[in-house]
Amino acid sequence: MAYNWNWDVFLQPTATGDDTYLGWMFYGLKMTIALSLSAWVIALALGAVVGVLRTVPNKWLSGFAAAYVEVFRNIPLLVQLFLWYFVMPELLPVDWGNALKQTNPVLQQFLASMLCLALFTSARVAEQVRSGINSLPPGQKNAGLAMGFTLPQTYRFVLLPMAVRLIIPPLTSEFLNIFKNSAVCSTIGLLELAAQGRQLVDYTAQPYESFIAVTLAYLLINVVVMFGMRWVEAHVRVPGYIGGK
Amino acid sequence: MRVTANSKRWVLAATLATALLSAPTMAAELTGTLKKIKETGLITLGHRESSIPFSYYDDKQQVIGYSQDLMLKVVEAIKADLKMATIDIKLLPVTPSNRITLLQNGSLDIECGSTTNNTERQKQVSFSTTIFIIETRLLTRTNSGIKDFPDLAGKNVVTTAGTTSERLLRKMNEDKKMSMSIISAKDHGEAFLTLETGRAVAFMMDDALLFGEMAKARRASDWVVVGTPQSFEAYGCMLPKDDPAFKKVVDGALSKAMTSGEAERIYAKWFLQPIPPKGLNLNFPLSDAMKALYKSPNDKAYD
Repeated sequence: MAYNWNWDVFLQPTATGDDTYLGWMFYGLKMTIALSLSAWVIALALGAVVGVLRTVPNKWLSGFAAAYVEVFRNIPLLVQLFLWYFVMPELLPVDWGNALKQTNPVLQQFLASMLCLALFTSARVAEQVRSGINSLPPGQKNAGLAMGFTLPQTYRFVLLPMAVRLIIPPLTSEFLNIFKNSAVCSTIGLLELAAQGRQLVDYTAQPYESFIAVTLAYLLINVVVMFGMRWVEAHVRVPGYIGGK
Repeated sequence: MRVTANSKRWVLAATLATALLSAPTMAAELTGTLKKIKETGLITLGHRESSIPFSYYDDKQQVIGYSQDLMLKVVEAIKADLKMATIDIKLLPVTPSNRITLLQNGSLDIECGSTTNNTERQKQVSFSTTIFIIETRLLTRTNSGIKDFPDLAGKNVVTTAGTTSERLLRKMNEDKKMSMSIISAKDHGEAFLTLETGRAVAFMMDDALLFGEMAKARRASDWVVVGTPQSFEAYGCMLPKDDPAFKKVVDGALSKAMTSGEAERIYAKWFLQPIPPKGLNLNFPLSDAMKALYKSPNDKAYD
């Protein structure tokens, strides 16, 4: 295959003269990290609430939570993103929709992406939380209630401290996934890491250098996340359980 | 048998001599893309999905358009050149972002769509004789008040990612400090959607494609193409780099179509008559640059 390698391309000033191509990659990296972390925080909070609701005795609440999970888990991420970005502003009252569409496009893209990733991931986190709670012996909940705790107190002091620590390994996977899923947001024009990589290809016609750099950047993010989560896992292990002392 | 260093050298020299002597017969043999097509009986054509009227899907999901018609002329010429009875055609849709890579890794043999021939791309791929010359301008609503590029200052403007317009727009934004917000859409269809839903006031793109988007719009009379042309661009078919034999056949077919008046008939079919999917007429008359091109076909890039 006839290919013209050129690793210096990253140090060249961009065609528009505002930065170097390496600068574009860093901008994309920062965007990916900001987007994924903010979406992850929302996903954890929402997922914890919905996961708890799925296990409560109230039929209405658990039914609502089940519907939430099915909707956000079963619609493809790309479709959800297009719904948030293209369809949602059209469903708002016309004035609101127009006001929203006149704001800074990067902000619009970022918010739509963050909301979409957060809700999609929260449905998956909710399932992990539910499985964590359901994996505890029923005696724990009964013991909590017998002690005179209310149901919310039983969740807060007995069930959740155990369940959350049990589900850290699967949560690590979700955390890694959210970074990788964030690449989908390049389809609505958000200039995150994958989009900057593609843009570099368009501007420099050096696809292999760009894609290799993007791959390494994702790998770097994920290695950091993995080691961070291992550290957390080791520090919150439950004594007497698998892996705990 | 004992082979001395001396006799080894002699054998090597003899081999080289044979190779050199037989060189003229080797040159007549097929190489590169032509050889691949002859051996497999298959040619893979790259096309676009929404580059109206160059290369796009009609309402039956068939690939049609000006560039597609010319590409099929090229396939006929290849078939005749290789003396093949039939040739299987595989169609592969491409985007601005993946077309160069797909051509380089051999997934495509040729791509005729709306690809600009420029010097950066020439480092990676080769271009055929120019098939079209366009100007980059703006599409906007008739009542938007946008008349030319300076009116865009401080506004949201959309263009398609990976195109020359994107580059020009960003450069203009930097050079003239216009503080535009530039939206880079995935393809022309999505860029027009961004314009239509009011996220952007104008869509900068190649003029012929803008007329094409107007033809797709719900009410074509709502839209107008304005602005001083920012650049001229030459569209060419992309071919694998360093394959002069293949390029010669492709260029020959295209030049013949242009000088014989065939290309002008194809032009009239796509730019001066109603076209699918909505039967709208682009009314895009043949420019002077295009007339000159048809008279003397060439593969020169504008930048």
